[in-house]
Amino acid sequence: MTRPRSYREATARRRVAGLLDAGTFTEWVGPGARATSPHLAALGAPVSFDDGVVVGEGRLAGERVVVIAQEGLFNGGAVGEVHGAKIRGAFERACAEPPRAVVFCIDSGGVRLHEANAGLLAISEIMRAQFAAQSAGIPVWALVGGACGAFGGMGIVARLCDAVVMSEEGRLGLSGPEVIETVKGVEEFDARDRALVWRVTGGKIRRTLGEATHLVEDDLTAFREAVAALLSSRQGPVPFTLETLQAAQAGLEGRAARDAAVRDGQVLWDRLGLDDAALMETAQFNRRLQELS
Amino acid sequence: MESFDLELPAQAPGIAPADAALFGVVSSGNLEVLVEAGPLPDRCRFHVETTAHGFTDVWQAVLADFAAGHRVGGLSFSIHDAGATPAVVSLRLAQALQSLEAS
Amino acid sequence: MDDKSALFRRLFPAGHDVACQGPVLQGWGDAGDGRMHVVGTTDHAAIDTRIALDLARAVLEAVAQDAGRAPRPIVFVADTQGQALSRHEELLGLNGYFAHLARCVHLARQQGHRLVTLIDGEAVSGGFLAFGLLGDAIVALPGAEVRVMDLRAMARITRIPLERLAELARTSPVFAPGAENYWRMGGIHALWAPQDDWGAALRSLCAETGTEDQRARLGTERGGRRLALAIARQVRDAA
Repeated sequence: MTRPRSYREATARRRVAGLLDAGTFTEWVGPGARATSPHLAALGAPVSFDDGVVVGEGRLAGERVVVIAQEGLFNGGAVGEVHGAKIRGAFERACAEPPRAVVFCIDSGGVRLHEANAGLLAISEIMRAQFAAQSAGIPVWALVGGACGAFGGMGIVARLCDAVVMSEEGRLGLSGPEVIETVKGVEEFDARDRALVWRVTGGKIRRTLGEATHLVEDDLTAFREAVAALLSSRQGPVPFTLETLQAAQAGLEGRAARDAAVRDGQVLWDRLGLDDAALMETAQFNRRLQELS
Repeated sequence: MESFDLELPAQAPGIAPADAALFGVVSSGNLEVLVEAGPLPDRCRFHVETTAHGFTDVWQAVLADFAAGHRVGGLSFSIHDAGATPAVVSLRLAQALQSLEAS
Repeated sequence: MDDKSALFRRLFPAGHDVACQGPVLQGWGDAGDGRMHVVGTTDHAAIDTRIALDLARAVLEAVAQDAGRAPRPIVFVADTQGQALSRHEELLGLNGYFAHLARCVHLARQQGHRLVTLIDGEAVSGGFLAFGLLGDAIVALPGAEVRVMDLRAMARITRIPLERLAELARTSPVFAPGAENYWRMGGIHALWAPQDDWGAALRSLCAETGTEDQRARLGTERGGRRLALAIARQVRDAA
């Protein structure tokens, strides 16, 4: 039974409508512009009027935000030339007319293979445009709760964001379990073992590791409230200096050394005394994690 | 991909959106429909692009049925289809109109 | 080990000293205008957390060394088959390590280091995104292979017949592997030929390269990527 306000089950357009204050959204290069992918068409693959991404501006709790929302149901939210250019353009627009934040609803497996080279370059261009927005003082917040998660280049982009709001159902990583299983074998990663997949890539383990900054219920209102809380905290982008990056380096070195042999999130939870983490309600999980910190 | 256009008489005027409005998603067994204002108030237009080849007759029957039963005068529908069944097509078109009338 | 010393002798006629720790290269070279930093990978490295951290540290050390003086260019040598594929690496959050590396590269750019990437060997998707592809100028050396995925694997996943992909790849640069394709799309600034003077070419690249991302504009000019710039502009200028 699908909950009526599930974030995971909502389309990109519904997510935008559910996140923003009613009636405040203005779309840039919307579906009426018919900016479809000529590369999909050349391969006889179906195209979409928005090429699988919605970009524009609106208000959230009264504050102006730029919103980018990928449609995971269209080609797995994958990034092609037009799709990527819309995202890049949204970041450039944010630099020209600074909003309070950029809210980035990532739902993507990464590069769209039908236009792989264009997709790879587009993601690189998105990374640079995102850096420019952050350097201009605009925080970028990722929401990851769609069926495609955030993988490939979009997994990197998600981790460049200043906050990452996930649901337990969301997934975050670089190579998808299916890719690893195909190349390295089922012993390395059994992609059909859904519980294992979530213990390695899912929202709870990402929150445990601190990569997700917030864990919320799979509910549009919960995602909206998390963004509203970020807005009211008045946080800017994470500062970006030699000192902060040296500190980040030390933190990552420490984690790589500490977890040198770990292949299952359960091991980390057992170590923390959170052995039943996978079964906990989101609120309880957050409370327990809070007690540990 | 196969594509075709169809223009049909409309029984009653529809409510055209101020901007083009998109409903549904192109994914396997599903479709998206873009609704815009058309040029003639007593006609409605359809443009269909579909991955399913050889079903133009079925499409035309489904669309004629839809046009006869809804307020679609002066509207233009552009459809990207990835193999939706006739039932899904009818449902998506009706949902699109419903959403438009509600907004 | 794949020996890059012949490459460094050509690039740096005035001397070089590049150490190799595992597949990670770090050191300096002098193309005739003074020393520049050299950071990179060799042996078609599959980039894992260890390599990403070593690369990030090398970039941070270059930035730290030049604090209080004119920042010298950093030459990235990219030779990667992509990211490491492993459950352990995913659990650690390899994407986060790549993001950290990308931040370090961006910091270097902000601090005034010119960033020049030389692809010598392979440059493949994730491993390329995290650092080589972030250079201000990107050069493919002869024989460089640049790709996301080979056509055979792509045919399997997209369920498009290989013959059709191969046919289309003859005219479209958009999905098939190849440095020339990336050049046409503006993702590679220059292709150096075997007979070129690479030291001189590197010197002029460091002198001429700016920090703006010009790739979409180049792709438009070269005709290989006609929409990237136009659509981004439409979004920027939309009413």
